[in-house]
Amino acid sequence: MTKRDDTWRVELRAQMKAKERTNLHRVEMPELDSEYRSHIRNEEVNLGLTPQMAIQEAHRCLDCANPTCMDGCPVNINIPGFIKNIERGEFLEAAKVLKETSALPAVCGRVCPQERQCEAQCIHVKMNKESVAIGHLERFAADYERESGQISVPETAPANGMKVAVVGSGPAGLSFAGDMAKLGYEVHVFEALHEIGGVLKYGIPEFRLPNHIVDVEIDNLRQMGVRFMNNCIIGKTIAIHELEQDGFQGIFVASGAGLPRFMNIKGENLVGVMSSNEYLTRVNLMDAANPDSDTPVYKGKKVAVIGGGNTAMDSVRTARRLGAEKAIIVYRRSEEEMPARREEVIHAKSEGIDFMTLHNPIEYIGNESGRVTHMVLQVMQLGEPDESGRRSPVEVPGKTVTVEVDEVIVSVGVSPNPLLAQSTPELQTSKRGTLVVNEDTLQSVSMPVIFAGGDIVRGGATVILAMGDGRRAAKAMDEWIKSKLK
Amino acid sequence: MNKIISKENFSANVVKFVVEAPLIAKARRAGHFVMVRVGEKGERIPLTIADADVERGTITLVIQRTGVSSTKICALEAGDYITDMVGPLGKATHIENFGTVVCACGGVGTAPMMPIVAALKKAGNRVITVLAARTKDLIILEEQMRENSDEVIIMTDDGSYGNKGLVTNGVESVIQREKVDLCVTIGPAIMMKFVSELTRKYNVPTVASLNTIMVDGTGMCGACRVTIGGKTRFVCVDGPEFDAHQVDFDEMLMRLGGYREQEKEEMERKVLHKK
Repeated sequence: MTKRDDTWRVELRAQMKAKERTNLHRVEMPELDSEYRSHIRNEEVNLGLTPQMAIQEAHRCLDCANPTCMDGCPVNINIPGFIKNIERGEFLEAAKVLKETSALPAVCGRVCPQERQCEAQCIHVKMNKESVAIGHLERFAADYERESGQISVPETAPANGMKVAVVGSGPAGLSFAGDMAKLGYEVHVFEALHEIGGVLKYGIPEFRLPNHIVDVEIDNLRQMGVRFMNNCIIGKTIAIHELEQDGFQGIFVASGAGLPRFMNIKGENLVGVMSSNEYLTRVNLMDAANPDSDTPVYKGKKVAVIGGGNTAMDSVRTARRLGAEKAIIVYRRSEEEMPARREEVIHAKSEGIDFMTLHNPIEYIGNESGRVTHMVLQVMQLGEPDESGRRSPVEVPGKTVTVEVDEVIVSVGVSPNPLLAQSTPELQTSKRGTLVVNEDTLQSVSMPVIFAGGDIVRGGATVILAMGDGRRAAKAMDEWIKSKLK
Repeated sequence: MNKIISKENFSANVVKFVVEAPLIAKARRAGHFVMVRVGEKGERIPLTIADADVERGTITLVIQRTGVSSTKICALEAGDYITDMVGPLGKATHIENFGTVVCACGGVGTAPMMPIVAALKKAGNRVITVLAARTKDLIILEEQMRENSDEVIIMTDDGSYGNKGLVTNGVESVIQREKVDLCVTIGPAIMMKFVSELTRKYNVPTVASLNTIMVDGTGMCGACRVTIGGKTRFVCVDGPEFDAHQVDFDEMLMRLGGYREQEKEEMERKVLHKK
């Protein structure tokens, strides 16, 4: 759509010397006051760039001949293409460029770990400068388009008369649905919950990703012809073979990693100890902190969250917002090894979250009614790097601390949802319960009609990797269906 | 949205609904449950499917008024819609010809026992159903149970109907009288605990169908976790039926009470003081 040798881009590049561009300072994302926001549940922390800020930041991009940033993007967004449109003030055009390859730009602009992906590959970084704020700019363009009321619907090829099914409406499923709709397929998305959006709705809190923003992106897919059916579990309500009998040519399984892991330690089933999935689902999907909601939620005063990932940060920051006087992250390694995004850790700290790193729970103690009152933590130290490349946590012999808590949220990872595999025995799974697929095509090794991506294959990753899988699977399934029909 | 086709009051606090749900009716087996939500602010709660009619595309639910959500559902009438319903969930009951099976149920556990009794009978078992309640008016589904059982023993706490005594007295009288190959029990957790303790004493294999707190019902939240033989299991995807002798009922009872205070407060605010 936009090419680097388009006249306007050539002229735009010539307007400012590369040296001047690199000397500009990276924009700071405006955010809500940290004290204020630590008590407000539903207001987004990051406020977004103003048009002036966005144009200024867009000037920093050198519009490289070989844009390495794009190599860092799992969905291959034309990054210089959209940024240069921002620089020249064509914000709606910028949004169109994003939507060529991403079904969820407003989501990605908020939750992608850009600092490890596109921004890590930015030419500025190689020159020891701060990267262009690609994520902030992406969010700006998507938000601008949404708020302008002039939302463009990506072009779709004429209907090819074939239908495909998608199991799960999270980021992988939505991304797949968007690409297949563009190719002219009739796409049916089946969702187990009552809301469309998967982890974007039940998992990520309002203060990081408001639900209404997700809904706008879903609506865009609807306008492209994608059909959604909620309250329907493939493998339970409808079997895989029934979908095949129904004429679905291919099935993309993106049912997520919806099975929380626990640590199997003493007292873990006490009242007040729960998974981050449960806690976040109550608050995000069921709106349990709202007095009008029928779903209850504990509002602990001394809350410990076990784990160091993004979900742990989401949980602890939610607990703080629901009134926790003390909200603690308990993590067995040091802050250095934390898998959470740096931005989330910084936000959490500024909201008054305590960090107990190098501690690992070994027991929970409860009162006579079975409610948790204390946690016993083993003090850890760092040893040799393990298979993940991070320094491994090692116990400091005999050293424990006991901390008073009234709520514990366990956020130590998830396993793949077992429902589909349970009901479809011919579907090959790994020991960990993930679906086994061809690495390139994401096609099931045992059932060719099935392709799979996202956490059901990866076992717990990020929104953008799931979206990348959706795109790859769409391409591969399209080729497979066409070759099958030849 | 699922339309309620008919409503019948079984007793003051127990309501039977026939609900339109063709896909669920077709896929369900004895022992399955659904998750149900009423209203946009409604809670998701699990309800066992009591019966299904594939031809008519309906399922039957029997609901006891206990808290805010069940009260809201019970207030619906024929022609109204249930906002959300998904299923069938859980693992179906394992049915085979075991020989003689005692089905011990109490209160609202009676309705989910219905399809199990029918399936066991159809598989050629000698089925003895022990139907228990506090008092005569709370005994439900007696006729249907008689149609599908070789024998029905009624137990009431106050002796107002059938024999006076608890469900365990009824089960024990059968075990002492003849060889029992399997016991299936559904009802309040405390009742299942005592049935389980009794049958353990007599070495009668026993299956209990657990009804715990759930949020999603699909394995995602873990609110339903129970300890079975020392290991944590999820009722929604690993159950709802387990070897009763392996279930840690005390822990289950403790976890069931986890939200009691909030529930009480909600009841006061939303149901009792509303009128």
